[in-house]
Amino acid sequence: MAERTIVDARGSFCPGPLMELIGRLKFAQVGDEFEVLSTDKGSASDIPEWVKKVGHELLGAREEAGIWHIAVKKLK
Amino acid sequence: MKIVIVGGGMGGTILGNNLARRLGGEIQSGKVKLTMLSASDKHMYQPGLLYLALGRMTPDELYRDQTSLLEPGIDFQVDPVEEFRLDANEVRTKGGKVHGYDILVIATGSRPAPEMIPGLAENAELFYTEQTALKMFKRLQAFQGGKVVIAVGVPHKCPMAPLEITFMLHDYFKDRGIRDKVQLHYTYPIGRVHNLEPVAKWAVPEFERLGITHETFFNMKEVDGKSQTVKSEEGGEVKYDLLISIPAHKGMEIIEKNKLGAGGFIPTDKVKLTMEGRSNVYVIGDTTNIPISKAGSTAHYQAETLGENIAAIVKLGSPVRDHDGKVFCFIECGKDRATYAMFNYYNPPDPKPPTRAVHWFKMAYNKLYWASARGLL
Repeated sequence: MAERTIVDARGSFCPGPLMELIGRLKFAQVGDEFEVLSTDKGSASDIPEWVKKVGHELLGAREEAGIWHIAVKKLK
Repeated sequence: MKIVIVGGGMGGTILGNNLARRLGGEIQSGKVKLTMLSASDKHMYQPGLLYLALGRMTPDELYRDQTSLLEPGIDFQVDPVEEFRLDANEVRTKGGKVHGYDILVIATGSRPAPEMIPGLAENAELFYTEQTALKMFKRLQAFQGGKVVIAVGVPHKCPMAPLEITFMLHDYFKDRGIRDKVQLHYTYPIGRVHNLEPVAKWAVPEFERLGITHETFFNMKEVDGKSQTVKSEEGGEVKYDLLISIPAHKGMEIIEKNKLGAGGFIPTDKVKLTMEGRSNVYVIGDTTNIPISKAGSTAHYQAETLGENIAAIVKLGSPVRDHDGKVFCFIECGKDRATYAMFNYYNPPDPKPPTRAVHWFKMAYNKLYWASARGLL
């Protein structure tokens, strides 16, 4: 399994979890994996929606003790 | 003890002054040596570039001599660092000097990187450097009507800039009597019109009231100057007559060259402000990879926390507090109204409706900034 970079966006109101993920992907290589940690429940829908629109891969999304863990793989 | 600050922007300057005051006695007695290494002898008030692009400030108002802002206890040298030898606790400068340190602070900032999007630098107006802001000012003056598109790169400095330039352009064209000939179209990378949900909720009805069209999930992929089209990663396409962009930013080249962090942003502990894996290297301002606004106020509050902690390390042997992630951003909502967003890691923002009073406070802050950089405000 590829090494997964944790993006700890808990409590990030600005830029927020999705914008932070978009920024990290800009400087990543195709195939790199990221796991976003978010306390914003909106991340559970807006990150998968964006990932689908752009064509990256959603590897999983789960909630644990109020923290969303959303894993994404850069595909292009 | 040797303390070296790399960078003379807002974060480095406030930190340097803060430390020079807190450690005045130690510096005078020779117990502490405080050095600042910078690439420039000038200090720029970067938020002024927004006003420069709209003809509301002039270039001379943006600069001060760096030495005029610094406490005398700081050994300031215009000699940028080229090599970070972190394992040896030293840095090497362009001039060839090697500075050893006990504590290193990296505050080199970020830079606009329009080259990340093909066609953007050649075809868009930007306002993140003096040169491009002046070019945009002239282009706006010559513009007589058509579709103006605002497009936003990620990550970018000053999260309020996309909204501010849009509202200010509305008033700019209105004042010129050509607002009815201009279509303003705002695009944004995520699923709402601003990162901050309460700001986004306020902005949408404002856009509708002012006749500003908008679309979300729009991340620039490329700009075609011939067909005057900007395409998005999401498959969208927008035609423009005038493209105004908040470009993506990168950290400074020297950070990338020294392999300190992807995109020039250094992995940093968000409460300790230490570089990951290093206990005596601190990072503040735009240089960090902390998921926090790349804004002057972010650097300002980090510098205050770090000043207190480094002084405590010298005097007590350990830092005294965690950083709380405080940010305070003005939001210009046109030429004469503004509001603000204040938040930290633990408390969300609760912006109030814009007022003239907050706008005039921002106008005053444009002058008070120099007191802020000196660490007086």
